[in-house]
Amino acid sequence: MKFTKKQQVSANIPTSSMPDIIFMLIIFFMVTTVFKEFRGLPILTPAARSTEKVEAKRNIAYLWTDKNNRISIDDKIVTVNAVSGLVGEKYAANRRLIISLKIDKEVKMGMVSDIQEQLREAYALRVNYSTRFK
Amino acid sequence: MLVNKKRKKVTEIYTSSMADIAFLLLIFFLVTTTIDMDKGINLTLPEKGGEQVKIKKGNIANLLVNEAGQVLLDDEPIDMSQIQNAIQEKIKDKGFDKDGKPILVVSIKTARDTDYDTYIQVLDNVKMAGATKISIAEPEQ
Repeated sequence: MKFTKKQQVSANIPTSSMPDIIFMLIIFFMVTTVFKEFRGLPILTPAARSTEKVEAKRNIAYLWTDKNNRISIDDKIVTVNAVSGLVGEKYAANRRLIISLKIDKEVKMGMVSDIQEQLREAYALRVNYSTRFK
Repeated sequence: MLVNKKRKKVTEIYTSSMADIAFLLLIFFLVTTTIDMDKGINLTLPEKGGEQVKIKKGNIANLLVNEAGQVLLDDEPIDMSQIQNAIQEKIKDKGFDKDGKPILVVSIKTARDTDYDTYIQVLDNVKMAGATKISIAEPEQ
C-alpha cells in the first residue's frame, strides 16, 4: 500500500479582490479626510479687481481683524500693541514672511494704520490685503 | 408530486460595477474639490526710519479719502469710477523710466474713520491704472 500521496499545498493569496479593497480604502479616506480649515475670525473681505494669487503658501502668516476691532493671530485674540512682538518672532523665523491681512471691510482705517505701524516695527514689510475677486 | 422545491436565494452583491462607481466618485471629488488659495493685493510697506526719498512734487498724484468715502485727486473731487482713468492719464503724461515703470507716484491718504473697504477700492483702482509706485500716507488724526 502506498502512502506517499503527495500533498500539494497551494499557497496563493487571492488577488482578484485586491482592487475592491483598494477602492474601499480610497473611499474610506476620502470620506473621513478633513482639510485643515481656517479658523480666525468671521470676516467679510472687500472685493477688488486687482486681486492676485499668493504663491508662497509656506511664507504666509495670517492676521485677522473683525468689525469689532478684535485682532487674532494664530487663533489667539491679541491687542494692537502685541502685534509687533508676535509678528517679530515670526519674521525672525522666516525672513520671507508675508503677512496676509484678513480685515473686515467695515474696519476703520485708523485701526488698519495702527496694525501697519506695528508690522513696520517688526520689519514685516511684505503684506497682502486679503480680498475677493470682483 | 414534488412540492418542496427548494428555492435557492441568490445572496450576492454585484461587484462588477463597483469599479465604475468608485471611478465616478473619484471624478466627482476631483472636480468639486477646491484648494483654498490665498488671494489679495500685494503691497510692501516702507521701512521704519528708512531714508526719505525726495520726489518732485509734480510727479506725485495725491489721493485724499475722507470718512464719507469721498475722494479728492490733487484737490479736486473725483468719483470713484473715474479714478482709474484719471490716474492712467497722469501716468501717460509723466511717462516711464528706463525700466518701463511709470514715473508717477500715487499717494493715498485716508482719514482715521475711512472704511477699509473704501481704501481698498481706491487702491484697487490705482493698481488697475497700472501705477507701481504707491505711497500709503498715515491717516490724519
